[in-house]
Amino acid sequence: MSSPKIFKVVLIVCVNTVKKLKKIMRDNMGIVYIIPWLIGFLVFKFWPFASSLYYSFTNYNLFNSEISWIGLKNYFTIFETAKYTKSFIVTFKYAFMTVPLKLIFALFIAYILNFKIKGVNIFRTAYYVPSILGGSVAIAVLWQFLFQTDGLVNQIIGIFGANPINWLGDSRYTLFVVALLRVWQFGSAMVVFLAALKGVPQDLYEAASIDGASKTRQFFSITVPLISPVIFYNLVTQLCQAFQEFNGPYIITKGGPMGSTTLISLLIYNNAFKTYDMGLASAMAWLLFIIVAVLTVISFISQKYWVYYGDEGR
Amino acid sequence: MTRRQRSTLSTILRYLVLGIVGLVMIYPMIWMVGASFKTSNAEIFSSIGFIPKNPTLDGYISGWNAEPYKFGVYMFNTYKFVIPKVIGTVISSTVTAYGFSRFKFKGQGFLFGLCMATLFLPQVVLNVPQYLLFSQMNWLNSYLPIVVPSFFAVDTYFVFMLVQFMRSISRELEEAAEIDGCNSLQRLVYVIVPMVKPSMVSCALFQFMWSSNDFMGPLIYIDSVKKYTASLGLRMFMDAEAGFQWNKVLALSIITILPSLIVFFLAQDQFVEGISAGGVKG
Repeated sequence: MSSPKIFKVVLIVCVNTVKKLKKIMRDNMGIVYIIPWLIGFLVFKFWPFASSLYYSFTNYNLFNSEISWIGLKNYFTIFETAKYTKSFIVTFKYAFMTVPLKLIFALFIAYILNFKIKGVNIFRTAYYVPSILGGSVAIAVLWQFLFQTDGLVNQIIGIFGANPINWLGDSRYTLFVVALLRVWQFGSAMVVFLAALKGVPQDLYEAASIDGASKTRQFFSITVPLISPVIFYNLVTQLCQAFQEFNGPYIITKGGPMGSTTLISLLIYNNAFKTYDMGLASAMAWLLFIIVAVLTVISFISQKYWVYYGDEGR
Repeated sequence: MTRRQRSTLSTILRYLVLGIVGLVMIYPMIWMVGASFKTSNAEIFSSIGFIPKNPTLDGYISGWNAEPYKFGVYMFNTYKFVIPKVIGTVISSTVTAYGFSRFKFKGQGFLFGLCMATLFLPQVVLNVPQYLLFSQMNWLNSYLPIVVPSFFAVDTYFVFMLVQFMRSISRELEEAAEIDGCNSLQRLVYVIVPMVKPSMVSCALFQFMWSSNDFMGPLIYIDSVKKYTASLGLRMFMDAEAGFQWNKVLALSIITILPSLIVFFLAQDQFVEGISAGGVKG
């Protein structure tokens, strides 16, 4: 009778497998904990990302069940349609208007706040509140309200004798109004700068003053280099966000007048969820992605020339 | 000018700049609050002063009771998805951050890089396929597309924040717990979580803020007015409002941001710390 023997072998194999599994489990316990993220990444990020590239080469429309491969046609359409190219130009203008202004403003105010100022916390809160609420519809409503023809802004410039301006109806001003909403939310960048400024050792300034360096000189030769990693961080995040702005223009001006505030994300939204032209919208989204990626890579490469990471290098 | 005089002058100058900028930042909101208590557009646009002549709650009352649903319905809808979303984000991000910061495994560096790279991936690129995915799952016109992903740590910003924090705390307690026979899950629950609680609270607060102000997500996924969130309800109200009575619109705007404002003022320091720890979007 060999059955007990077989039983024994099976048992040993089982025990060994369990042991092996246990070892594998122990070595890879970390993977078990990141599984939720991994699933989320594959299902909600990677798959959509890859399939949007595929859709961008098709004529996929929700009203038309047939999908066919049309190569680069969507991309050509974008470059050939004035309305679409304008939207890309408007987005660039928007980003290059808001990002530098916001960063300079945030750094400037953080710099002043970093002197021994009484009531730092009150000022900090006052500057920070707009940016914590900034993305909400309510704040966009407020913005629309302020820039009405008889709104607060025109009343204030009226005090200085200027004529009221049709902020929301004149395509020369609309982009500026929408951009200003973003600059107004400089608070979060400011808080990050303030934390960085607090980390700059005071004795450097003392040494520089003894050597006779002016405050301006100290700012550009000590402060800026030492907080350059944070400037870099703010630059990259702000750029990424500026290219994705949606709420402000969507609510305040609905992209108008005459497309003057139709940022790319509005254009994508209109094509995807108004006309359900998913193929074209995906191509636009991918162009946006490429632009953001190129700008991010350029910033990362440029780091070498102006970002200072301390003595130990990177 | 003596040195003393110069330093007084520059101090005054600093306060002046801070004061003016502060006024520019805050006055629009004060004007908004004032206007919401005014009786008519004529009064609102007649002066730059914010104090109403005859303060009235009309704006609030008629705004709140607007057709077809009372505004309370939209407010309730908002928190119906915000709260599960906050819970999902905190749990999944903590678990993921634990996996990345406390274990070594094959491909860890690569996976963490991938996780961080998604921080730079514009949501706009994902919107179309995500919409198609959720429509296949029959999840359209529900809060599921907004809530479910958060249980899978898709907002990797929070993972990043928690990993940073976990790396900074010492492992001695965990080692002691391991010797006492705690397995890795017990170590997470009984050792790590109590220590990273402040960071988890920060994550919860930020996610609360962002998702209650979120507009694009609900705009894409929610169709029926009955399920509208506060942001959608407010926008619909604005579009429907012929003749535009600003006191009503502004009163509702204030109602939508009031919970966020209260949370912000209660937990201000946590926000500032959270944002300074790793920087934040917004």
